[in-house]
Amino acid sequence: MGQFGIGQPVRRKEDVRLLTGQGQYTDDINIEGQAWAAFVRSSHANAKILGVDTSAALELPGVVAIFSGKDLEAAGVGVLINEAAYKNRDGSSMHKPPRQVMPTAQTRFVGEVLAIVIAESAELAREAAEAVEFDFESQPAIASTARALDADAPKVWPEFGTNQVVHWEYGDESSVEAKLKAAHTRVKVDLVNNRVAPSPMEPRCVVATYKAADNMLTVYSPTQGGRRLQTMLAKNLLKMPMDKVRIISHDTGGGFGVRSKMYPETVAVAFAAKQLGRPVKWRGDRVETFMSDYHGRDQINHAEMGLDAEGRIVALKLETLLNVGAYLSENGVRLPMEGGGRIIPGVYHVPDFYFSVRPLFTNTVCTDTYRGAGRPEANYITERLMDAAADACKLSREEIRRRNFVTQEQMPYATHLGFVLDSGDFAGTMDMALKAAHWDTFAERRKEAEARGKLRGIGLAVFIEGAGSRPVEGMRVRFEENGDVSVIAGTYSHGQGHATVYSQLVNEFLGVDYDRVKLINGDTANSPAMSNGSFGSRSSMVGGGGINRASKLIIAKGKKIAGHLLQADPEAVAFEAGVFKAGAGTMTIGEVAQASRDPKKLPDGVTPGLDEEVTYENDVENFPNGAHVVEVEVDPETGVLQIVGYVAVDDCGTVLNPFIVHGQVYGGVAQGVGQALTEDVLYDDDGQLLTASYMDYGMPRAKNMAHVEALFNVVPAKTNELGVKGAGEAGATGAPPAIVSALCDALTPYGIRHIDMPLTPEKIWRAIQAARTGKAA
Amino acid sequence: MTIDVTLKVNGVERSAKVEARTLLAELLRDHLKLTGTHVGCDTTQCGCCVVHLDGKAIKSCTILAVQAKGRSVTTIEGLAQPDGTLHPMQEAFREHHGLQCGFCTPGMVMMGADIARRNPGATEELVRHELEGNICRCTGYQGIVEAILSVANPDAVRKDHH
Ligand code: FES
Ligand code: FES
Repeated sequence: MGQFGIGQPVRRKEDVRLLTGQGQYTDDINIEGQAWAAFVRSSHANAKILGVDTSAALELPGVVAIFSGKDLEAAGVGVLINEAAYKNRDGSSMHKPPRQVMPTAQTRFVGEVLAIVIAESAELAREAAEAVEFDFESQPAIASTARALDADAPKVWPEFGTNQVVHWEYGDESSVEAKLKAAHTRVKVDLVNNRVAPSPMEPRCVVATYKAADNMLTVYSPTQGGRRLQTMLAKNLLKMPMDKVRIISHDTGGGFGVRSKMYPETVAVAFAAKQLGRPVKWRGDRVETFMSDYHGRDQINHAEMGLDAEGRIVALKLETLLNVGAYLSENGVRLPMEGGGRIIPGVYHVPDFYFSVRPLFTNTVCTDTYRGAGRPEANYITERLMDAAADACKLSREEIRRRNFVTQEQMPYATHLGFVLDSGDFAGTMDMALKAAHWDTFAERRKEAEARGKLRGIGLAVFIEGAGSRPVEGMRVRFEENGDVSVIAGTYSHGQGHATVYSQLVNEFLGVDYDRVKLINGDTANSPAMSNGSFGSRSSMVGGGGINRASKLIIAKGKKIAGHLLQADPEAVAFEAGVFKAGAGTMTIGEVAQASRDPKKLPDGVTPGLDEEVTYENDVENFPNGAHVVEVEVDPETGVLQIVGYVAVDDCGTVLNPFIVHGQVYGGVAQGVGQALTEDVLYDDDGQLLTASYMDYGMPRAKNMAHVEALFNVVPAKTNELGVKGAGEAGATGAPPAIVSALCDALTPYGIRHIDMPLTPEKIWRAIQAARTGKAA
Repeated sequence: MTIDVTLKVNGVERSAKVEARTLLAELLRDHLKLTGTHVGCDTTQCGCCVVHLDGKAIKSCTILAVQAKGRSVTTIEGLAQPDGTLHPMQEAFREHHGLQCGFCTPGMVMMGADIARRNPGATEELVRHELEGNICRCTGYQGIVEAILSVANPDAVRKDHH
């Protein structure tokens, strides 16, 4: 049992299927008699829709139907909802424009879906989509975050008279300003947090089928758990009973936040299938996925920090502009406050804090959660500030941090926005990273690099995460007739290896053979009533915690049954390693499960069956944290930056499977490296998307990455029974500030203290040239 | 206009009627229902679609089905032994956590097998360079690089963790 229990680097049980081509992604699903969908998308970033003519398209061979926004409206299809309710300081509410599935009067970003065309083949559908004629009156557009609040900027929603969604504030600006003024040292940073495309490798895809006889709609799509989408589709959009809408994701090719959302395409395909009484399939291509998947990040931050003579923080002021796109997505507008705000100002004790957030509309696709969801942005700000503070206070980067960490003695530590840090050894974690990265001998490596004509730099970032959001989740443990045990999860594994980890937990808690446990998830028809899915690094706490609680109920009930059958007092029955023992009598858990099916074998008051379903609940989230140290080399003649060393130390609490957690770290780091070095979603001034393929958008490749040495500093969370802290997003959080720190360190000879991400060779080269000519001048 | 294409797929002769413009990836996925080969992009960048054509790795989204006429294709479904014994590269991916969501994986494994075949004794740097045409969004490439190295050059696999 030890071999498969908690903490073991068990190899994944999902792998053989995926390694032999037996995975089942949505595009692998085809239903007898299906028609194909293609979308007519807006080529304008901002335009009035004057009319639509579908007659030519409808005459093409093989075209089955065309639906535009007007058809959906006429059929009573609802709008995509947003539940945020932020207020301006004067008490007035945020602007909340409705989002139609397909707009009827105005299109507001390039790639917005305007009509769905159904035909007998994918090719015919695409050809017909090109023949649909929309009559537009083009209007000026605004795509730039920096300029969206300019007085003369075109307004995405003219009725509001501004592109500002709301001006949300926390804290007392005048008190913070006074402290900054009085501070011994005052530093400021201006940062662009670049817009990125989450870009799971599986393009978006929907297959929908409707059976009129029982009014049953089934939708296959890559998701991060279907229940919330089912609720939206049934209640808000198609107005059907919940149990008549079923969402199935067998395998999903990456989520990263962006697959947890309801998209217009899903609604349109489902609507078409229902309307036509025929299965409909849409296979998005990569360009469509770039245009219509929600994007991540896209903030501009101005931050100022005041420090005393010892380099201790006295106050922090942070002003954030957030580009939410043309509409309010489900969560986009919340990210600085509820995402980043949870953990801001990072791992540091900040006595006074003012925080201003202005989300703003632009003529671009919405932004929403992307790996880290607000926390990478927040940590990036504090870490850039700490580097600036180190400069200004003439302290080393590690020393300025050490002086300001929230200490273990200060915990539980309440953050400004009302969260409580229960555990974490920030100084210890940083020291582990510095040691593993040989921070103290860096000068030698720099010298050696210099001899090769390279600029070498080392960077450090210490960060904190918030994981396990919405900590409510259903988990069911079911004993099958053949002796297998099924975990029926409200969470949904889309690459995280839940089948493996949950099996380890069942093995640990119930002593069931690892190989006899299987995971059932990804189908709303059999998921527990409470089923939120997997996002926000929550599955270890809510899924693992749920299995733990269900197991306790099973053992308690098992003791009653075993006691009855072994003629012992239930109190006298012990349970260990899958065996109930009373005196000399023993029963395995499988035997008890078998017996429990027969009412005649049960004591009074005990219901048949050993299965249990729990709704795991917790009041609080958990706070993974870590320290990353990166070494880079820059070629000053080309500006090319290469990562040459990477150490990631994570405190993600108790580690359920180090093999899998390391995988999460490596993957997260790569996404952080991508944001730091290569990724940038660009719209031109007219709102045309310039980066809509992997030729134009810089996905990090194997050669952009270096080997990552991942270590743990385990400090179990005190607020959940497994002591876990979610590990999924830490890598993407630590990497960007560590890399920028390393680059600036490398560029010390040129006095360059900041370059905005992505750190492309061109930007680095230009900065070096400017510094050189500046010097010469 | 449809064209008859006969080719060997995973050792078995298969025929299909395709359009002149049909890609090999489409032939495999849509006509032969071998959905292990994935399509992740429209621009020959991602490598999710890599198969072996006459023993060499190619992007099946980038050649026409008719170009494979009379030739021999191996897909991810045909890599393991008929008795289910995994190919060493499949085994290595499992051992080194070379996959998470699994979407890039068929292309990565087919590419990895080709890299190892062509470069015995490969360095980590070479493997990373060779993976230029394969994108993975989940793994950070670390397990993939280790898996390929473990076949091509076991001594080069770093030992700083499991
Ligand atoms: S699908 Fe062939 S390279 Fe992307
Ligand atoms: S494992 Fe998900 S894209 Fe590579």
